[in-house]
Amino acid sequence: MFPFVRRRMYTSALPLVIVLLGVFLLARLTGDPTNLYLPESATEAQRAAFAEKNGFDQPILTQLIDYFKGVLHFDFGTSLRTGESASDMALRAFPATLQLAVTTMILAIVGAVIIGCWAAYRPNSLADRFSSLLSMTAASIPDFWFAITGVWLFAVLLGVLPTSGTDGALSWILPIATLMIRPLGVLTQVVRGAMVSALSAPYVRLARSKGASDFRVVSHHALRNAAAPALTVAGDLAVGLINGAVVVEAIFGWPGIGKLMIDAILQRDFAVLQAAVLLTAVSIFVLNIAIDACYALLDARVREPAKV
Amino acid sequence: MSTQIDMVPVKPTTAIVGEPDAGRRPGRSVWFRMLVNDRVAAAAAAVLGLVFLTAIFGPMLVGDMATHIDLDNSNQAPFTLAHGWANVLGTDPLGRSMLGRLIVACRTTLSVAVPAVVISAVVGSVIGMWAGFYRGWRETVAMRVADVIMSFPSLLLAVVVLYVFSPSAANIVAVLAITRIPVYLRTARAESAELSSRVFVDAARTFGASGRSIITRHVLPIVLPTLLTVATLDFCYVMLAESSLSFLGIGIQPPDVSWGLMVSQGRTYLHTAWWLSFFPGVAIVITTVSATILAAWARIAGDPAQRWRLTVPQKRLSRFTKTGKAL
Amino acid sequence: MTAVAELPPAAQHSDADPALRVEGLTVDIRTISGTVRAVDKVSFAAHRGETLALLGESGCGKSMTATALVGLLEPVAEVVEGTARLADVDILAADRKTRRKLAGPELAIVFQDALTALNPLYTVGTQLAEPFRIHHGMKAKEAKRKAVELMERVGIPQPQDRMKSYPHQFSGGMRQRLLIAMAVALNPRVLIADEPTTALDVTVQAQIMALLKSLRTEFDMAVVLITHDLALVAEEADRVAVMYAGTIVETGTVAEVFDDPKHPYTKGLLDSVPVNAVRGAELKSIGGSPPDLHSIPDGCVYQARCPLAREICRTTRPALQTVGARRKSACHFPEEVKSV
Repeated sequence: MFPFVRRRMYTSALPLVIVLLGVFLLARLTGDPTNLYLPESATEAQRAAFAEKNGFDQPILTQLIDYFKGVLHFDFGTSLRTGESASDMALRAFPATLQLAVTTMILAIVGAVIIGCWAAYRPNSLADRFSSLLSMTAASIPDFWFAITGVWLFAVLLGVLPTSGTDGALSWILPIATLMIRPLGVLTQVVRGAMVSALSAPYVRLARSKGASDFRVVSHHALRNAAAPALTVAGDLAVGLINGAVVVEAIFGWPGIGKLMIDAILQRDFAVLQAAVLLTAVSIFVLNIAIDACYALLDARVREPAKV
Repeated sequence: MSTQIDMVPVKPTTAIVGEPDAGRRPGRSVWFRMLVNDRVAAAAAAVLGLVFLTAIFGPMLVGDMATHIDLDNSNQAPFTLAHGWANVLGTDPLGRSMLGRLIVACRTTLSVAVPAVVISAVVGSVIGMWAGFYRGWRETVAMRVADVIMSFPSLLLAVVVLYVFSPSAANIVAVLAITRIPVYLRTARAESAELSSRVFVDAARTFGASGRSIITRHVLPIVLPTLLTVATLDFCYVMLAESSLSFLGIGIQPPDVSWGLMVSQGRTYLHTAWWLSFFPGVAIVITTVSATILAAWARIAGDPAQRWRLTVPQKRLSRFTKTGKAL
Repeated sequence: MTAVAELPPAAQHSDADPALRVEGLTVDIRTISGTVRAVDKVSFAAHRGETLALLGESGCGKSMTATALVGLLEPVAEVVEGTARLADVDILAADRKTRRKLAGPELAIVFQDALTALNPLYTVGTQLAEPFRIHHGMKAKEAKRKAVELMERVGIPQPQDRMKSYPHQFSGGMRQRLLIAMAVALNPRVLIADEPTTALDVTVQAQIMALLKSLRTEFDMAVVLITHDLALVAEEADRVAVMYAGTIVETGTVAEVFDDPKHPYTKGLLDSVPVNAVRGAELKSIGGSPPDLHSIPDGCVYQARCPLAREICRTTRPALQTVGARRKSACHFPEEVKSV
């Protein structure tokens, strides 16, 4: 197992470096922040002082080297907006998004497995067709529209849920529902398809010929084999959750890292943007490695090649 | 993802002597018959066709209905003809007809989504097939590049790029296309790599076929159905992505209008004029659901081994799928 | 012709009390172009300590007979008629729970392709222990112990170590042994082997068949061997039922049937084995091909290719009738076959 994980980490290192470099360049490209943070009437001296304080007067290469040095210590400098340490801000906002994302994925996976298995077990029934149509629709709904309609329906019209904020359990419902709807729809279809394949496989026939009950066939034999494609899609969806989080945090005012990034872009707060992006990119890489590790755990053929 | 026909778990494996030849590629009329046979997919195709027709001809037909400002009529409710048939879906704060704006937005939305999908499909597929066929360093490099692009949240990338380079329609298309290339790259590479190890490729090589001709003549036709299915599903994703960008303010800019932008603009009027945000969203959902259904149908129709399901009248198909499990 | 096995004493007992008695088994398949009868009124009996071979070419319905008996037909196929008595139960009429209870302890099947039949994600030990856990409710440890014993019995070296191995880590012959082990785990009364050696090379084939034979003796099982291989039937089977186009055309002991066939199809099969062939002489074969199941003719199924075909063959389907001591043939002119 461990050599496998180690290998994956090495191959992930280069893309990570490229992402960091890309962020550096793109952030710089968004323009000169001087005009955003200093009033129009600022004098030359004040501008020069601002530039020197934030290291903008250095040649770009020096800035780059300083940047990478800082990355290794997870020090991105201070926010232009608030003066706080950029990494502190990023680390503070991250858990809020993580909570949303993890809860969403767990609910989506559990829901998809239950509905998908149930639908695959009785294919072509009315229930199966209905759940297929439902999951296809769910996978096609624009999350922002769903959020807005949800807010309108439950908060404005019915008044049972809050429109924004993070206090109280009720305020979690709409953000998670919004974030969850597309992954749930996609995953359900994938699980159903994979289970139908698995249930028609020869090893299921064999298990049945040994007298295994339906429950055992589904949960023990078929499910494990259906896990691999489902895992791939779940991984892609998890990455896409970051996108979704941006929208959800914007609409519901959730203080997560997506909101932080958008604000940082709009306000040209380089330091915060770099810190936030690095955190996101690293967690995505960790997630991908974890998924590959799951494959290895699930399927012996991945970790031990055939020997006669 | 399935139409109601995609439910049969197992195809009969016994060789039934005299079964119609499933290997020939079907002609036009057969495709049409297969489509008509599956009512749900046919409906989806009709809806999608309507959407495309609206995108092409709609703006011409509605004239200036979408831009005609009429402040006397602002924020009128839908489902009543009291304000003229043009306003049957309501009006916006400036009195412009919702129906008209929806139609014009259709063209804008599609004029971003379709080119983005076509570009990313072509570029991604070509590179993927090439990388998968030759393997070696080409494959590694292509996959690493795909990894880099895929591991970055596309929305963020789009926001940053568009912020830097200003959100024109062309830039949006370019950004969306680039972020979607890895999807086609990975699919094409995987299939191409699997095919390149098959015997018929070696056979082609033995009589001197060049790599490129093998790819074009052997690999491409086999990979094409999968790629088309992926493209149709990707179309949904790109539409949703463009809507999200416009919603965030970094996509289509006023005075142009897209469905995503309309949802965003209607947000502040949620309490008073719910239809401003509602209808554009419905339009998006209808289009994307239809595309998804059509993609599922295309997957069955494109696979010679599964095609038979679409040649049976639906009523009779249920007889084949009755499980009657004995064990 | 390869040596025909000596008739073992077990094969000489009467038809009373066979382990498995199948009567009139009929299976229909719903296809796009109509319903097809894949198995038509098949009847046979299998006795303990004896191997019955179901012999026929591909597509003749022998595999479908087996899957129908075990209850694993695909959704498009259906048993429309017939009974199959096993341990005083008609398994074709029994409900799912009863059939599941019998699957393993009374009736077991060995499939053809061992690699796909084994679940690739679980260790061999887990899969071998499964029958014990399902039917005897054993705890994992005890079941694993039994699994090791099983592996040893079927001749897998170092069973204790290999319990933790996965199917893809075994060779083809070993995998087939594993399938056989799983099938005989609970000492079934009837073992159906569906082309168990088709995918293996000849030397391994011999080992597997020897294993099956010793297991048959040890557990006093009735073995139904499904195959298209004449040599295999001659070597390993005691009785044979020849199938053609979904029907049984001849039954009897292997020695008698192969020595003196009473159906033109059987004769044709035997003649097409190129033994004693002289260089330059034409090889014999049966002209034509098996009928399209969609359009089976009235009368005898073999009429199109039969050198003895006459008017009556085109109008009346010959029933499987007794033509000797424990021999049956579905032909109007069984005595003329030897002159073909």
